[in-house]
Amino acid sequence: MKGALTVLVFALVWQALVWATGVPPYILPAPLAVVAALSANAGELVASAAVTGGEVLVGMLVGTVLGIAVALAMAVSERLRGIVRPALVMSQAVPVFALAPILTLWMGYGLGSKIVITVLIVFFPLTSVFLDGLLATPDSVLDLGRLAGASRWRVLVWLRIPHALPALGSGLAVAAVYAPIGAVIGEWVGASRGLGYVMLMANARSKIDLMFAALAVLVAMTMCLHWLAGRLTRWLAA
Amino acid sequence: MDAGLNGSAWYGEAPLFAGLQLALPVGWTCLLGPSGAGKSTVLRLIAGLPTAVRFEGQVQAPARIAYMAQEDLLQPRMSALGNVVLGQRLRGGAPDWDHARALLAAVGLAGLEARRPRELSGGQRQRVALARALMEDAPLALLDEPFSALDAANRQKMQDLARERLAGCRVLLVTHDPFEALRLGDRVLLLADGRLEELAALPGPPPHGAQTPGFGAHYDALLARLVGTQ
Repeated sequence: MKGALTVLVFALVWQALVWATGVPPYILPAPLAVVAALSANAGELVASAAVTGGEVLVGMLVGTVLGIAVALAMAVSERLRGIVRPALVMSQAVPVFALAPILTLWMGYGLGSKIVITVLIVFFPLTSVFLDGLLATPDSVLDLGRLAGASRWRVLVWLRIPHALPALGSGLAVAAVYAPIGAVIGEWVGASRGLGYVMLMANARSKIDLMFAALAVLVAMTMCLHWLAGRLTRWLAA
Repeated sequence: MDAGLNGSAWYGEAPLFAGLQLALPVGWTCLLGPSGAGKSTVLRLIAGLPTAVRFEGQVQAPARIAYMAQEDLLQPRMSALGNVVLGQRLRGGAPDWDHARALLAAVGLAGLEARRPRELSGGQRQRVALARALMEDAPLALLDEPFSALDAANRQKMQDLARERLAGCRVLLVTHDPFEALRLGDRVLLLADGRLEELAALPGPPPHGAQTPGFGAHYDALLARLVGTQ
């Protein structure tokens, strides 16, 4: 309800801006023009959203599984942590934008390069947040494991992972917002389908209303993903 | 199987205690002392838990130890019953659900097995922690101020319950409360300035109450001795 109000206020301010400045539609189309473009190109937008959404979901899934696995391995092995942690930070210092053309060169114009970029974007925040959660288990709780003479594995399963679940949830919520960015970057660099491709083509043909329509679809998709991740977070934290 | 500690400990270069000899016979040994005297350190050394000190000497302890801390240390995402069998889980054994249920009933929590810790009161949570400790079925119990965060009524109930359920066990209770030490202790020890001193406990089987003959005099003597160490 609150969300709908926000969207309405945003659209009204936008419309007022268009009226007040008399800016031509090829610079900034009015919200109604965007809605018209939405309905006129509904078929193409839905098909493109399905492509981008697929990339995002697969990328999220692979990035999450990978992130959880790496964080668990790093939580168990201090030596591995020492090696992998700087590599993780370094990988994050490389702008994904710069990697995208190379990945497209290596993997072609298909889904592969987009999924890899999404995985790269999802992986780091998820891994670091989950790892922090695993390592932040209070020492007094770990005493229970020491008293039982528990193996590192059992300490992980029965003490550390339960403690880190809320952190994993927040990591997923962050990842859900960033994941579509990865897919769109990949599509901008080289694609023949997807919302990023539609935006790029629309921009090139000065069909700014279609570009905004594609953007609106992307935002809606990201919001849905964020909402889902939020539900998951609450479930994990309960 | 004897239980106890014999040795010296240093905190950095500063000695915490030297040549300390603590034997834990069957019954309740209450360890009093000012903050920073090393009461909890002694308990953690016997438990084999990490401490901030360097220790040289011997520790005698059975393989299984029942342990309670000031915090209940309950896992928030497990039920009361799940928390009771946590020790078995950590050791890798199959949980003995029936025994765990019986222990929860014994500490007065029958019917609350499925509750999460946040759905329990502070007193109830510490009861779950007691059931978890009893689940170890250990000959030695190490209690690090487990009653100090409870209100007066709950504290007394928990103390009596713990005395009852840990009968026949070697118990070390670390406490800062002379009343609690007198009430529960078969022996009362004072750790101050790196030395251990045995103080007079009340005769007869604990738990004692303020009406027990001699309680007031013992309490005054204990408190005076504690004040002297501050």
